[in-house]
Amino acid sequence: MISYTFDFSFLLTTWPAFMRGAWQTILLAGSSIAFGFVLALVCAIIRSGKSKLAAGLVGAYVEVIRNTPLLVQIFIVYFGLPSLGLRLSAETAAVIALVINTGAYGSEIIRAGIDSIAKGQIEAAECLGLNKLQIYWHIVLIPAVERVYPALSSQFVLLMLSSSITSQISAQELTAEANMIQSETFRSFEVYLIVAAVYLALSVLFRVVLWAIGEVAFVRRRKLRT
Amino acid sequence: MSVNEAAGTRPRNEAVPGAEPIIVVDNVSKSFGPLQVLHGVSLTIERGTMVAIVGRSGSGKSTLLRCMNALDETNGGTIKVCGNAVAMSDRASVKRLRTDVGMVFQSYNLFPHLTVLRNITLALTVVQKKARVEAEKIARDVLALVGLADKAESYPEQLSGGQAQRVAIARSLALSPKVLLFDEVTSALDPELTGEVLKVMEDLARQGMTMVLVTHEMAFARRLADIVVFMHQGKVWEAGPPAEIFADPKTPELRQFLSSGL
Amino acid sequence: MIQFSSTHLIYLIEAARWTVLLSVLAFIGGGAFGLVLALGRVSQHKWLRWLSAAYIQIIQGTPLLVVLFLAYFGLSILGLDIEPIIAAGLSLTVYTAAFLGEIWRGCILSVPKTQWEASNCIGLSRAQQYRYVILPQAARIAIPPTVGFMVQIVKNTSITSIIGFVELARAGQIVNNSTFQPFITFVFVAIIYFAMCYPLSLASRHFERKLNVGK
Repeated sequence: MISYTFDFSFLLTTWPAFMRGAWQTILLAGSSIAFGFVLALVCAIIRSGKSKLAAGLVGAYVEVIRNTPLLVQIFIVYFGLPSLGLRLSAETAAVIALVINTGAYGSEIIRAGIDSIAKGQIEAAECLGLNKLQIYWHIVLIPAVERVYPALSSQFVLLMLSSSITSQISAQELTAEANMIQSETFRSFEVYLIVAAVYLALSVLFRVVLWAIGEVAFVRRRKLRT
Repeated sequence: MSVNEAAGTRPRNEAVPGAEPIIVVDNVSKSFGPLQVLHGVSLTIERGTMVAIVGRSGSGKSTLLRCMNALDETNGGTIKVCGNAVAMSDRASVKRLRTDVGMVFQSYNLFPHLTVLRNITLALTVVQKKARVEAEKIARDVLALVGLADKAESYPEQLSGGQAQRVAIARSLALSPKVLLFDEVTSALDPELTGEVLKVMEDLARQGMTMVLVTHEMAFARRLADIVVFMHQGKVWEAGPPAEIFADPKTPELRQFLSSGL
Repeated sequence: MIQFSSTHLIYLIEAARWTVLLSVLAFIGGGAFGLVLALGRVSQHKWLRWLSAAYIQIIQGTPLLVVLFLAYFGLSILGLDIEPIIAAGLSLTVYTAAFLGEIWRGCILSVPKTQWEASNCIGLSRAQQYRYVILPQAARIAIPPTVGFMVQIVKNTSITSIIGFVELARAGQIVNNSTFQPFITFVFVAIIYFAMCYPLSLASRHFERKLNVGK
């Protein structure tokens, strides 16, 4: 075994690039989560809805996405769609692929929440005179999302981490920055150690922010703990 | 339509002179697949009375109650509530029904994600379009009525079963229904908690609320019901004032039911 | 330009064998290590609990791609001139173990406490409690999520294409480089992945239903 001296001196000059990469990942993952959540919500509503055809189509979409790798999905969006005449920037392709991915996983989670709402809840709301739409919003959807919010949050953190794959189409984000830095400094191992630490920090940050959003959105959680 | 007008145009009920029928069940049948649970049930419930429906489980009593409130569809016969025919398929009639009828369930069915206060104000604000302030005033009033004024900010899971059921009653009361249906509301409660719920129901009865209850609380029915209806095998087997029903059962089925202690 | 043809399809399917092999390696390695982690998480020794929790937290907070780079470059600075398959297998093992460890910990904890008490009362040692009472019950609960996670493993192997390991995703890139027909190429790649993953998804759901019925 040869001796190896760790050398982190490259950080002195490259730390702004790491920070820029981290910020780009926050933007990329943040926007993908926001749009992905909306898509997931819509898909969950359709899947638990009355139209068999629409539910079947959404079901097929969910299965296809959940059973193919994100990397291949990204390749299809970025390399494949231009051959069909749709040319996208790497960042747009990355967001689209991540949103499609989150939409599928998120809708499964939300659907589980919707399925867990007891029938008696709906009957009670009917007896109070709420119409279908009001029941769906107040009694089904909001409590369903509240119930599965922890699972959704974990899924969103996983999405942030897997956004590193979009470096493969040179979307601007943390891993892509790191690839650039390591090709200039040749301190590959150290560079990726730093990147791992930054991702760890980002996953803590995302968890904290998602938790805080949950605290604001779902008052009961906050109240019952105190 | 005033009470007097109605009394003048409709046949008077002999048992309660001067009363106005508020629910009229006429020859109603109901099947779940091959299983027929109601066989031509007819029943008239007068305004201001408390009617207790008793019978073994599977006798169809809960189904009858659910049909009255359009939670289950009937397969034959008609149900009229406050003069309107109940039909699950007719949206307008169901909407009308919801303003006339309140229902309290065995499993409370409070909304777990909302505070007690919001449980009560929800329908007031989103259905009746009342202002938040007004809705909250009504909610606090009905909460005081069931003795839970201090629980307004609590969540359902922080309540005992008895308290939850009283909130459920308050939630129905807040919409000022003309009739309240109670579906085995004390069956899920520990014996020491049923008393507080029955007390609230007794207060309501004394104030003249029209109430239909499916119940196992024989002593309560005996003491407070105006009419006791014994259901057996999907039919109204016997009905009458509690004094007659309990003291002088006409059929062996009722006699057996009463002696079984249920 | 070469048209995408059956030759390319056969090439893709042959490359998929490496995906399968890598998945099996990751499952065996990650499963063995994951069991150790799961037992560590529920250990009576505080430092063992802490150590496995820290491992799981760190790996679950790091992208697989970065774990892969660390394995690839880390092994090379140890002076080992390594085959990509070693780095690929190692990083997938490391990564899989963290997730399976956490899943299985949940399964162990979901065995009712009374089972521990009852087996303690009949005089079983802690190891015997695990061997005869706890793990058999936990295993039953673990089947659906474990099979479900196999889908993730198969999909995760695609990331090893990035260090040049020629499995299905890398083969897709190679085919694309000669045909310049990315859409059809990657759709076929996706179909082959789907053919491997979907049966696992269905099986996971089937086991879950069976488990729920048995309850």
